Amino acid sequence: MSLDRAAREKLVRALAASMIEHAEELTSLDQAIGDGDHGLNMKRGFEAVLATLPGLADKSLPEMLKSIGMTLVMKVGGASGPLVGTFFMELGKGLPELPARTDLVAAAEKAIDAVKMRGRSEAGQKTLLDVLVPVQAVFAGGGDARAIAAEAAQAADRTTPMLATRGRASFLGERSIGHMDPGSRSTSLLISAAVAALEFEATS
Amino acid sequence: MSSSSSGNVGIVIVSHSSKIAEGAADMVRQMVGNAVPLAWTGGDTDGGLGTNVAGILEAIEAAWSTAGVAILVDLGGAETNSEMAVEMLAEDRRARVVVCNAPVVEGAVIAATESSGGSSLAAVKRSAEEFYA
Repeated sequence: MSLDRAAREKLVRALAASMIEHAEELTSLDQAIGDGDHGLNMKRGFEAVLATLPGLADKSLPEMLKSIGMTLVMKVGGASGPLVGTFFMELGKGLPELPARTDLVAAAEKAIDAVKMRGRSEAGQKTLLDVLVPVQAVFAGGGDARAIAAEAAQAADRTTPMLATRGRASFLGERSIGHMDPGSRSTSLLISAAVAALEFEATS
Repeated sequence: MSSSSSGNVGIVIVSHSSKIAEGAADMVRQMVGNAVPLAWTGGDTDGGLGTNVAGILEAIEAAWSTAGVAILVDLGGAETNSEMAVEMLAEDRRARVVVCNAPVVEGAVIAATESSGGSSLAAVKRSAEEFYA
């Protein structure tokens, strides 16, 4: 998979647009079971990422991803900054300059492990891992952009009936049930934006 | 944010609210005066409630001591951001900074009191964590 400069810039803009366009929705999800700042935080982070264009897209894909991660860590605030930022940074660290899809699968696996360590969490606790883990299974299994985006959306939906045992929503105990996890929703949106921009095709 | 230099363990207070962080620091100063390096940070980069890695890194720098730095945090994001900040430190400093699992106000006062007696980083952390254990 080779991504030229235009494709890298398209990817960055697609990720940022998804967070900026859905900021209010994410904030309202977070008002239900969190501290109500998730949409604003993600928007702030990705606006800061956009501000590093055009230089950002001049970097190689691994360096670009590391840079996005670092910007998110520094600018997002809240726990999602280090969590989402760690994902991007580790993804970048794990990739060769011109990655094949198998490289991307392997790097994503490592990046998800790093998110688990950072959050001391596993799937099943109503966090972004409940999207990352099942989506990774579809990705590793050869799914195309459409299948990956569909799984991301469904996985975010599946957090609605879950009981939160990690993150701010866990303070609410059973009252966290019945609301979609905001971090899962933003992660799902980012994944959908990324795979649409990258136009993944199915592999067998 | 404030600091003083000494060989005692530095204390960093990280809260989502800058008012809580500053207030906790005031309480620490009342107990230990300027005997320990002390810094606080609170709020996101826009000044709203939250925590940010850059602010935490600055606070660690301000409270730096060769004896190390103990960080006291409030809610989840403060802890995650503090751990991220520690990982971003130069390698020789990383091992000398700990995040304490203790209530932020009480933990900060106890940690600073322990530090003011010249205790090690491990002892400072233990005191803060044992008080409510």
